[in-house]
Amino acid sequence: MDAIVASDVYKIFRRPRDPIWRRLIKPASPNGNHNHNGQHAHVGKNGSKPVVVAVDHVSFSVAQGEIFGVLGPNGGGKSTLIRLIATLLLPDQGKIDVFGYDVVRQPMQVQRAINRVSVEASFFKKLSPMENLLYGARLYGLTGSETRKKVTEILTRLGLERRSMFNPMEEMSRGMQQKVAIARALLSRPRLLLLDEPTTGLDPRSKRDVQAVITELRRDHGTTILLTTHDMIEAETLCDRIAIMDKGRVVALDTPAGLRKLVPSNNGLSPSLEDVFLELTGRALVTEEDENGG
Amino acid sequence: MTSAIYQIRASYAFVERNLNLIKRYWSWEIVWLVYSIADSLAVGFIGVGMGVISGQPTTAVDTRYLVLYLLIGTLVWRFLSSIFYWMTNLINIERWEGTIEYTLMAPIRRLTHMSGQTIFAVTYSLLFTGVILIVTTLMFNLNLSHANLAGGTLILMAGSFSFVGIGIMASVLPLLFPERGEQMTHVFIALLLLVSGVYYPVNVLPEALQKIAVVSPATYVLTGARHALLDGYPTGKLWPYIWPVLLMGIVLIPAGLWIFKRAEIYAKRAGKLHRNG
Repeated sequence: MDAIVASDVYKIFRRPRDPIWRRLIKPASPNGNHNHNGQHAHVGKNGSKPVVVAVDHVSFSVAQGEIFGVLGPNGGGKSTLIRLIATLLLPDQGKIDVFGYDVVRQPMQVQRAINRVSVEASFFKKLSPMENLLYGARLYGLTGSETRKKVTEILTRLGLERRSMFNPMEEMSRGMQQKVAIARALLSRPRLLLLDEPTTGLDPRSKRDVQAVITELRRDHGTTILLTTHDMIEAETLCDRIAIMDKGRVVALDTPAGLRKLVPSNNGLSPSLEDVFLELTGRALVTEEDENGG
Repeated sequence: MTSAIYQIRASYAFVERNLNLIKRYWSWEIVWLVYSIADSLAVGFIGVGMGVISGQPTTAVDTRYLVLYLLIGTLVWRFLSSIFYWMTNLINIERWEGTIEYTLMAPIRRLTHMSGQTIFAVTYSLLFTGVILIVTTLMFNLNLSHANLAGGTLILMAGSFSFVGIGIMASVLPLLFPERGEQMTHVFIALLLLVSGVYYPVNVLPEALQKIAVVSPATYVLTGARHALLDGYPTGKLWPYIWPVLLMGIVLIPAGLWIFKRAEIYAKRAGKLHRNG
């Protein structure tokens, strides 16, 4: 049985319409346009709310124990895809099974098997890492004593000092907060770990710590990992297979070596995943706006 | 691990988290307690000054009765509204902190989620109101020797269930309206304050509002609490006020859960969970 089977998944979002005065000044293009995230937006039928296609008929499967990468620009549909698998969004069409359980009809079974780390480390900022992780772990049925022991183990492994575990999260750097977010996901021993740009904003040392944990998880526990990233070296180093997403669609899916074969070599140099992305989509993976946090 | 143990452990997560939040925001808790005491005392002094305000001789106004009448109103209201706001904090706090996706992604039933929050909300509100009661009793030198304190507490507890239900319903607002939902929850409490007879008898209201007062659980809690504390009614005689609020609780809690579930499905379909208000 595969860890994830996504079949023809489609997800749209309706955006609030502009105020009438703005619509009068600037009529919407009948052919649709791109919003600031690069997502493809259409005006709905009969002038209804504009529609953004976030995931556009995506199908793929991930084997158990596989590290599966999803590469794409901001607004490409990566985070929406992760939220659909994590039961935080409901698909408009198509079906997603996680270890044989339907994410829409059997969400509780899916939730027991998964955990997620998002690009924003979301915590109760006044609470300490230990207090936040106790809360998170109890939601997954862990006791206080086993959580305290595990938290110390995991955070030490991730390079966090023991005294930092009892100070408010708001006093920690973004990198440290992200490590606590990873610890939160690991506490419940998920069979499937959804990592949404887990290393974005981390310093090189922290990045390596997180990448080493990802590799260990698969090696020691057989955890299946779905990883979205902008970082092509990270994707190439960690992932068994990579899907390239753009404008909600999977434009290519293969092993890193297989993807590079899609593009002819340039002056005898092997193409990078960036070259592959450029060739397939006609635009850069990380734009200047992305780099500036846009 | 059996499902029941799992869910009980999970419900404790909310109790512990809220205790930790109170511990970390202790200065805010003190500010809120001081504000609530000052507010209750101010209401009590309206009763003390009523003779002067109305120009009646002080002997013509039963000041002790009036002060106690108003204080029961303010204390009962403090208790019920505290429960309401802690229940809406099911979503409000998580919107504020941006943790809502992690909580709603956890493998727990909404009943578990609400149970943990309810246990905390009722216990906190009871202790908080108890402190205000002690201070106001000392300040106004109130004689509660004839009051049925056990009966008063019983009717408060019975009334808390219906406010849990209303709180669950109101928590849907911040779930669906990330930016303004929290402010919208105040509408519920303002309407209940108007019609339930917190500071005045319901029969002074216009007829239309009196009809609405019949369906407000706070009306029964306030009337019952006044009979218990002012008139010393024995607990058995409070039953006509207890059963309606219990019945309302039996209806409102499942109705709240059902509405919350529908709103959660809508939020997941429309992508409302992600945005931080």
